[in-house]
Amino acid sequence: MTHIVEMKGMNKYFGKLHVLKDIDLTVEKGEVVVIIGASGSGKSTLIRCVNGLEEFESGRLDVDGHALAPKGGNQKNLNEIRKEVGMVFQQFNLFPHLTVKKNIMLAPMKVKSTAQTVANATAERLLERVGIGNQADKYPSQLSGGQQQRVAIARALAMEPRLMLFDEPTSALDPEMIGEVLDVMRELAKEGMTMMVVTHEMGFAREVADRVIYIHEGQIVEQGKPDDVFDNPESERTQAFLSRVLGH
Amino acid sequence: MEFQFQFDWQSAIDSIPFLLKGIPYTLLISFGGLLIGFALGILFGLLSINKKWFLRWPATAYIEIFRGTPILVQVLFIFYGLPDLVGGPIDPLTAGIAAIALNSGAYISEVVRGGVQSIAKGQTEAGLSLGLSRTQTFWSIIWPQAFRRMIPPLGNQAIVSIKDTSLFSVIGVGELVRQGQIYIANTFTAFEVYFVVAILYLAITLSLSLMLRMLERRGLGSV
Repeated sequence: MTHIVEMKGMNKYFGKLHVLKDIDLTVEKGEVVVIIGASGSGKSTLIRCVNGLEEFESGRLDVDGHALAPKGGNQKNLNEIRKEVGMVFQQFNLFPHLTVKKNIMLAPMKVKSTAQTVANATAERLLERVGIGNQADKYPSQLSGGQQQRVAIARALAMEPRLMLFDEPTSALDPEMIGEVLDVMRELAKEGMTMMVVTHEMGFAREVADRVIYIHEGQIVEQGKPDDVFDNPESERTQAFLSRVLGH
Repeated sequence: MEFQFQFDWQSAIDSIPFLLKGIPYTLLISFGGLLIGFALGILFGLLSINKKWFLRWPATAYIEIFRGTPILVQVLFIFYGLPDLVGGPIDPLTAGIAAIALNSGAYISEVVRGGVQSIAKGQTEAGLSLGLSRTQTFWSIIWPQAFRRMIPPLGNQAIVSIKDTSLFSVIGVGELVRQGQIYIANTFTAFEVYFVVAILYLAITLSLSLMLRMLERRGLGSV
């Protein structure tokens, strides 16, 4: 089996609050996993653990063969993992002091010592791929939200990640811009990228996901093929959640 | 008895060449001190937000001490007090530069801290998620943005420090005010001379403000 992410009995606390409870989860290479759940259910925290933006208290977490240590442990693998795992944030988090192109070139040049000409060519190619090749020399604040998020995707892809994490990538967007971002993600999935996506876009989940996971109060309550989870949810909690987000 | 006062333009103009001799000292003390103060400010400002208490506490102590005591007391202490400790005299110019450096350093530390803390946490997260180390993330992502936000308060501090150098007339540095005092001792034209002194300070601080405005305007396309 080619697990790219493996969580075993993982627990995470914010102070006294138990946010992730005994999480067991594996993600296969090439798989698109969509994580759904109410806000505060722990779904964002879950994927933020994968690249160490959140530390967990106990259990095991392996990412692409590197073990991540629980809180207080030796984090020697953390940077290796982060080089292989890209992340896209709800608020884009582009670097406002750099042009779009420089945003994309920064990490390859700093982390992988990629030559400037190579990084430049990669940035242009990626911008073309996400459909904004003509905006390379603008600053992020000069772009629309949808364009900014596509730049953020290109920036993550520039590191040639083996896994992409999406943390509510369309939640901060105006409705008319959601489609253009989902299109890029759909393409990415088609090309075989391994993806973990936290989203409220149920249509996207149903269409693109290989597996949908429903999280409630820090626990994986249900998971399976999108059609099974959406059409015949086993758990009452999942039914209740889905009827709230789909029902009206 | 009739009292009549007239502003004597001729005395004012006559004093200018002598007063101008003080300007190099005023500039040397303020900008020499500010340069060192900026280095101290970066160092202690960053230490004051370090997670490790044994780095944070000394930095905080430095900031509180030099922000919480008058700069006049600081320079008197350095000029009259420290020689007892180091076993030799300290020349007034050095004492003046040291006082500006230590004093502005404390304020600039706070400017640095505020600037760095004002940058959203998501910026650090984005840098780390791309595989940059904490140091790389700080210097290539956080610092350039923070520095841009620091320019107005830094300019403010520079203007305060330039004016503070006027206090150093008490230790006999031949800066602007000191030159004025010497001149007045011979001519008794206090009103005219201090008027010119004030104008000269204003000329320095206004040109600095102007330069800073231009610098701020160049920060295009950013936060």
